[in-house]
Amino acid sequence: MKPIDSETKHTWNVYQKDIANDNFYYARSCIRQNFFPASEHMFLHILRNVLGKHVYDDPNHTTCTGIGYHSDIVPFETIQTVVARHFSLMTEAGLENIAISCVTSFGIYTEILDTWHHFPEQLEQTREFLYKATKREFNLPKTIAHTSDIIYKFRHEIAEKSTYSLVNIETGNPLQAVEHIGCHYAKMFPNKGIGGAEFPQVLSGMIQAWGGNVVDYPERRHCCGFGFRNYLVQANRGYSISNTQKKLESMKPYNPDFILTNCPGCAMFIDKWQYTISEMEGKTYDAHGYGIPVLTYEELAGLVLGINPWDLGLQIHQIQSDRLLQKIGIPYDSTMKYTDSKGNALPKPNVPTYILQ
Amino acid sequence: MIDVIIIGAGIAGIDTACNLHDAGYDVLVLEKEKSMGGNVQHWSTLFPSKRNAHEVISYYTEQVRKRGITMYLNTFVNSIKKQDDGSFEIHTSREVSFKCKSVIIATGYSLFNAQRKEEYGYGIYSHVLTSADLEKHWQKQSAEFVSPTQKPLNKVAFIHCVGSRDEKSGNHYCSKVCCVTAVKQAITLKQQSPHTQVFCFYMDLRMYGPGFEEMYREAQEKWGIQFIRGRLSEVAEHIDGSLQLKAEDTLSARPFKISVDMLVLMVGMESQKSTAMFAESCNITCASNRFIQPLDHHLQPNATNVEGLFTAGACIGPLSVFDTLNHSKSATLAVTSYLK
Repeated sequence: MKPIDSETKHTWNVYQKDIANDNFYYARSCIRQNFFPASEHMFLHILRNVLGKHVYDDPNHTTCTGIGYHSDIVPFETIQTVVARHFSLMTEAGLENIAISCVTSFGIYTEILDTWHHFPEQLEQTREFLYKATKREFNLPKTIAHTSDIIYKFRHEIAEKSTYSLVNIETGNPLQAVEHIGCHYAKMFPNKGIGGAEFPQVLSGMIQAWGGNVVDYPERRHCCGFGFRNYLVQANRGYSISNTQKKLESMKPYNPDFILTNCPGCAMFIDKWQYTISEMEGKTYDAHGYGIPVLTYEELAGLVLGINPWDLGLQIHQIQSDRLLQKIGIPYDSTMKYTDSKGNALPKPNVPTYILQ
Repeated sequence: MIDVIIIGAGIAGIDTACNLHDAGYDVLVLEKEKSMGGNVQHWSTLFPSKRNAHEVISYYTEQVRKRGITMYLNTFVNSIKKQDDGSFEIHTSREVSFKCKSVIIATGYSLFNAQRKEEYGYGIYSHVLTSADLEKHWQKQSAEFVSPTQKPLNKVAFIHCVGSRDEKSGNHYCSKVCCVTAVKQAITLKQQSPHTQVFCFYMDLRMYGPGFEEMYREAQEKWGIQFIRGRLSEVAEHIDGSLQLKAEDTLSARPFKISVDMLVLMVGMESQKSTAMFAESCNITCASNRFIQPLDHHLQPNATNVEGLFTAGACIGPLSVFDTLNHSKSATLAVTSYLK
């Protein structure tokens, strides 16, 4: 087991991209607010209040229709027009740097921009469709970044303002982390991702900047199994869970303290399928039966910045992060875990058969 | 004015220089490296006879010495300019320019940088080597290859066509010698370490030369080397340092995984970057594979579109050692005919 960056840095440095320094138009995800309710709020909090950046969170922004597109329900012409409308909203706001919260959306935006680059007639057709439907016009963005790119860009500034580092307070050793990058982040367009498709640095760079150690594992690049048709069609869900199981089996020998992801589907499935596998086979993937916590990058950034774990929504995850918090030395109040913002008690979830809480 | 300036002191350049000298011409050889011999000087053995490559270099070194041929090492050619009188002026890193009646480009090839196929893990995982690394190891010590972690090599895989016939790498062409080099290296490995299981992942096996097919047969029948028609998709490292390969068996059309202790990437040939510089400075036509385009593949294989400027060896495309030497001999005839 060796640190990931020591010998691969030269490869990662080949792939870099322009990420704006300020003034972002925020394109929200349609599913992240349900799966990880505090993550998008935390991105805005970190950018605006910790780093002092301007981010416009537009209430008129809609879904990109990516799930429909990847399910063959939404035609390409339609999704191009929807994305064009988002660019129109961005243009109207006087902004030119788009920050995209969802990896699927990020893949769609990059695919569409690449299509328009190679097939300008598609761009003209989309302009015509959008104008006929809404009387709107638009400029293309100057920079396009996934929000994990932006957190990566400011990882050292976040480290400077951090309260905690990713170090086990009992042993003094860096926490062992594995990361999982959403397939649509860079596998389609490697030059649009930091570090490219094979050795992406976007998440490992954050972990290292905040004191942790990233471990390589054989199935690091393997898809989590989200895969749209794998889960949309119930009969196919065996494909989904078998992909996640393959990854979990592969990372288990390294005893990771947590998993960091940048894709809504990946974070959700790697977390929830741990419960399903445990109920099916009585198996868990950490040495003590608790499962491996799965975090979003905003949640991890929030933790090192000292934000209350329950305000980060960690209690909403299937695999609970209590042991991770103990390792980092983050104090928490168990009695406040399932309360709303006013302190009123919320219903407690059922306890799994095998995964310890 | 010098009769012929030869750019490159690999085997093609030296062979041509010796032959032109014997024909009575005044020749000068310019070499950018600190020693003569080109790529062959880094090779251990040559197929199919497995003769020591050093013998070939020693032979040519002696031929140059006996003839007293002038050779400037550490000399980088910056540009070639054709003059109005048909002669050439060559500008070099030596701050002096040379004038000559004819030029032979014998700049050979460079090896594909395997780090560009980053999914294969070269430069990242210590057990991933290239065919050139293996030759260098055997050149220095003929003993059994020992893995970097000192563990026994139970399974070793050779991957053909790394940077060849690969649109993603920008190299659509075949490098010609990698198939038989893999067979040669696999046999050598088995000879040194009979207990090792050896796998060759190939796209097509192009055993075109004399003795090649026989070596391929020997590899299977005598040494039990397994040839799998399959493409490698990615390499990853297990916690014990062994390598996980994900590949597709393209005969059975099934994906599969295999763990090996060492991976050897058969790197292909690319046009030298310096060749592109010459080409640009003198308006020489290059083919789509970036190697120099012969004026006529069949009738004038050494001539270029620039009259008086010829090629010898692998600057026109991937060639084996004996193909290179044949090409250099025909270069001698072409230049002799031109200068008469």
